[in-house]
Amino acid sequence: MTETVLQPGTSIDAPPLVRRQRRKLSGYVLPVFVWLVIAWTIVPIVFMIIFSFNQAPTGRLAFNWFGLTGTWYRNVFAIGGLTQALEHSLAIATLSSIISVVLGTPMALALARYRFYGKAMTDMVIFADIAAPSVVVGAALLGFFLTLNVPRGLATILIAHVAFSVVFVVVVVRARVSGLDRSLDRAAADLGANPWIAFWKVLFPLILPGIVAGGLLAFAMSIDDLIITSFVAGQAVTFPLWVYGAVKTGIPPQVFVMGTMIFVAGVVLAIVNSLVSRRSPA
Amino acid sequence: MRRAAVPYVLNLPSWIFLAVFFVIPLASVLALSVATGNPEVGYQYTGHVHEFVSAISTYQTQLIRSFWYGIASTVITLAISYPVAYWIAFYGGRNKSTYLFLMLLPFFVSFIIRTLAWEFILADQGLVLGHLKSWGMLPQSFHILSTSWAVIWGLTYNSLPYYVLPLYVAIERIDRRVVRAANDLYADTRRTFLRVILPLSAPGIFAGFLLVFVTNVGDYVNQQVLGGTGTYMIGSVIQDSFFTNQDYPMASALSSVLMLLLLVAIYLYARTFGTDTIQEYS
Repeated sequence: MTETVLQPGTSIDAPPLVRRQRRKLSGYVLPVFVWLVIAWTIVPIVFMIIFSFNQAPTGRLAFNWFGLTGTWYRNVFAIGGLTQALEHSLAIATLSSIISVVLGTPMALALARYRFYGKAMTDMVIFADIAAPSVVVGAALLGFFLTLNVPRGLATILIAHVAFSVVFVVVVVRARVSGLDRSLDRAAADLGANPWIAFWKVLFPLILPGIVAGGLLAFAMSIDDLIITSFVAGQAVTFPLWVYGAVKTGIPPQVFVMGTMIFVAGVVLAIVNSLVSRRSPA
Repeated sequence: MRRAAVPYVLNLPSWIFLAVFFVIPLASVLALSVATGNPEVGYQYTGHVHEFVSAISTYQTQLIRSFWYGIASTVITLAISYPVAYWIAFYGGRNKSTYLFLMLLPFFVSFIIRTLAWEFILADQGLVLGHLKSWGMLPQSFHILSTSWAVIWGLTYNSLPYYVLPLYVAIERIDRRVVRAANDLYADTRRTFLRVILPLSAPGIFAGFLLVFVTNVGDYVNQQVLGGTGTYMIGSVIQDSFFTNQDYPMASALSSVLMLLLLVAIYLYARTFGTDTIQEYS
């Protein structure tokens, strides 16, 4: 705490011109820029939400506004193929996020808490998986499944989704574990807990928000993926695949309705998770 | 002895999964790129780079175009994200996580729907251009869709959150005392930024560049939705060689070109900044 006494932040001989310049940039120009970027970020989202209420005359999304209607919300599940595609997406996203969490959490613990042979290699593979272009991963997996004669369908989609989302779970959970105080483990051990009990009683509750965040990320990435899925899907159709296939024939407004529903659900879940994790002691 | 085995046991499930469904498929793409044949008659490993040479020379226009789109969109994304990440990290105050959350909102909307929304917004007779044209502010023949700029616009928009995050992590961890020291040593704002903040955030700049550039070079969805026939990218070529022409060695050779690009980038990163930091930014 002696540091705070020595802090030179209040020094009075700093040249005033510099300070003023800096304040102008940080206090006025930059925030305006940041808000413009945020606005740009939100434009397509707002468009999606507003146009999901658009009374498009042809039953296809239109470029212009034709008046307010709730028809598309009332008939959101009226298109059989689209509804089924959404069900596929939700099922695959649920399963793949659960599998990713189960596979990824132990790896995150190992990377955060232990030194072991092959750690650098593991880091590299994780980064390669995150950075690899989807088209290459998709093509590689399709080639792999073709060579082994694995029929393409929902199962291969699930495998592909776990393969790209497990590393995101590892990264998120690892960050959470690294931020924890190691003396907690030692205290549990000193109090006679064996490693298994120490994990479930001490570590697990502390890293749970990280696991939930990693699982949500995996869910979001799975429900969103188009490129890798398009390679390994075979005849199966997921929500993004259905939408992409409809681009040439015209998009029914139900697509924007479902997009809006997914958006609202995702935002609510993220806010709830961040509130819960803020309340927890770590 | 048993304690030493713990990290390996924890890693094993993920290692197996990633080895089978990520490393082996990608490695076999490399192998297949020096073979001839197709899945029905089997492959002959020629070991020639013949397929590479013909792939590159046949599709050099698309390759060069993809690289150019990749570079342009990544540089623009960096130019937009850096000030945003800088301002949030240094001046975000208590609302840091709210600003970040706003920047990440597009994650909650499907990639394909975001891109579609831009297609509708930027359409020739859409909300923006249609009105500007009817007010006589733009010539009737003016259009954005199906130009290179539309594709770069889409790529930039979709990669923004992926660049803001690593930059934010890198800038956030800069020790404020170093910045204050620079001020106390009479460095002006510009020099503090160029000599202190910019070099210290270099790992984030590089990691984000790698992530965004490699993804964007291989993307084909932005091009398919926002671009036209004159914007064909290598991702589309790979997709076509798989599904339309069934020319797997060609698809593999083109995938390998993208993969080698990724490996070179990762190698450069690891040499410059080490492997420890590589996945903290992902």
